[in-house]
Amino acid sequence: MADEPRGLGPDPDTGHDRGAAISVRDLRRHYRRPRTSLRQPAPVVEALRGVSFDVMPGEHFGIVGESGCGKSTLLRLLAGLDRATSGTVMVEGRDITRLPDRKLGFLRQRLQLVFQDPMGSLDPRMRVRDIVAEPLVAQGETGRDERVAELLEAVGLDRGAADRYPHQFSGGQRQRISIARALAPRPRIIVADEPVSALDVSVRAQVLNLIADLVDDLGLTLVFVSHDLSVVRHVCDRVAVVHDGQIVETGPTEQVYEDPQHPYTQTLINAVPTLEKALAGVTAADLARRPDTRKA
Amino acid sequence: MTTVRPTRDPAEPPATPGADDVVTVSDLSVTAGGHALVADVGFRIRAGERVGLIGESGSGKSLTALALMGLLPDGLHPSGSVRVAGVDAELVGADERTLSAVRGRDVAMVFQEPMTALNPTMRVGQQVAESLLIHRSGAQRDRRSTQAAAVELLDQVGVPDPAAAARAYPHQFSGGQRQRIVLAVALANDPALLICDEPTTALDVTVQARVLDLIVRGVEERRSAMLFITHDLAVVATACERVMVMYGGRIVEAGPVREVLTRPRHRYTQGLVGASDLSAVDDRGRLVTIPGTVPAAGRFPSGCVFRSRCTWADDTCSDLPPWTTTGPESGHACVHPASEEVTRG
Repeated sequence: MADEPRGLGPDPDTGHDRGAAISVRDLRRHYRRPRTSLRQPAPVVEALRGVSFDVMPGEHFGIVGESGCGKSTLLRLLAGLDRATSGTVMVEGRDITRLPDRKLGFLRQRLQLVFQDPMGSLDPRMRVRDIVAEPLVAQGETGRDERVAELLEAVGLDRGAADRYPHQFSGGQRQRISIARALAPRPRIIVADEPVSALDVSVRAQVLNLIADLVDDLGLTLVFVSHDLSVVRHVCDRVAVVHDGQIVETGPTEQVYEDPQHPYTQTLINAVPTLEKALAGVTAADLARRPDTRKA
Repeated sequence: MTTVRPTRDPAEPPATPGADDVVTVSDLSVTAGGHALVADVGFRIRAGERVGLIGESGSGKSLTALALMGLLPDGLHPSGSVRVAGVDAELVGADERTLSAVRGRDVAMVFQEPMTALNPTMRVGQQVAESLLIHRSGAQRDRRSTQAAAVELLDQVGVPDPAAAARAYPHQFSGGQRQRIVLAVALANDPALLICDEPTTALDVTVQARVLDLIVRGVEERRSAMLFITHDLAVVATACERVMVMYGGRIVEAGPVREVLTRPRHRYTQGLVGASDLSAVDDRGRLVTIPGTVPAAGRFPSGCVFRSRCTWADDTCSDLPPWTTTGPESGHACVHPASEEVTRG
């Protein structure tokens, strides 16, 4: 594809880009549902139906799609939390698709996750110190207290926060704790799953700035998943639009946003309410309308 | 034509108050344990008018809505006055009998979480029918016609195959479909006032667009007044005509959507508009933010509630800023307002 970034070039055997931070080829994940009949085989849900893409080191890659499109399945596979039905995921040149859990230690260090719900992803019975240090414990690192203090400072919390519990923080602060935990093992790739969709607009801006600062300062690769195309537009260089288990469109964010090619992308962009559109007289009915019935 | 009015009447009533007003709120306060969580809120909404209430989490938006519905949890005490057209009683402090006759008939509400708003053990058709039956008596309480009316309502809010849907349970629907069902329940009795508390926040963008469209059409067809609570400025600009900005339990600015969101006068509104604009960045490519965080309930500063986060704040802000009227329906409570030039749009 013309917009693919250029790495070391594809491996002639596997087709994976050898220089990519993350390289995914023809990834499929099928789930078996409970049988509904004795005579028929159990129905199968195809959550991912052949997804391929490459994320270059240092790139900010967006994955956009709505509930049920398969983006969470994709994330779980990238993070080695689930097994693919077929296809391969390579992280920094190593195939993680068929590795047993005990060999995924390197992945846990290189790739970290920030989740959507900052309450659900922090253990309410653990102090912030232990939450942030947990990945370090798993990696067997020493000198943890100093590192925790340093991380809390990096995400804009004071050192005293270490002694408190998650419920004592607001949503935005909890998301900062989540980010501090993700950064603890010095990962090279951060995968953020809807990190700001549970936050207020003013807090959203603060957290987006924080993510941007940290990713720039530490030179991280960012995979940013969201249903909100306008947030992705601000954060990412390149975006893939996922619909029904497949990537329907991919390209530089500006290009996809300004000139969407796939009808689904057009519907998605059309449905995003913005202040500009609203003040220009776009009503809720216009947003709900499919773009093909709209004047070109 | 700037005149100074006491802060206790933020939303200046229209030139000819009365006849068309569906809801009149004045001096509404909610206190808990000596802390004022909502203070001196006053506004009117006319029939067919769509008004937004915006602000961050913890600013008192939802409490205001619950106070209007008489649904405040134990321990929270409302004071002031809430009057709704067609209801003779004062709603603040009214007994449960009066309130339950009003709820769902004159004032209805759409909540953020459609799963918790619906009864998981009841078929959805029954839930819509229940809201109809509960406000009817005698000969009107005909089950068959009510059931038909319920199916008709489900059809109106765009639930596919409404007859079959009426026999299904809430868990069998997606989030967007459930929110449509909640909307059908809310609109069942053609309420004079529909309160929507973040109705589309939990939904995907394309679903949000369709549900917003249904809500706007639903209230337009009924000429209901609407109070729409959200923290999303773009949603409020799409769905509403007028907007009130709330912070620290007080209305700090009010006016027509275009005016407030393109020429915000209060420094808080200005910050909110700046922070929601994802295309405006500084030279480092960073978004505009409001410094600090929303204080915990009851910890807002005295005087101007925003002064602890405001870069323009000085000694004069330690007194409660007076309400400054800037138009027939607009005004703000700020002693250092932003200038009137267009900042955006």
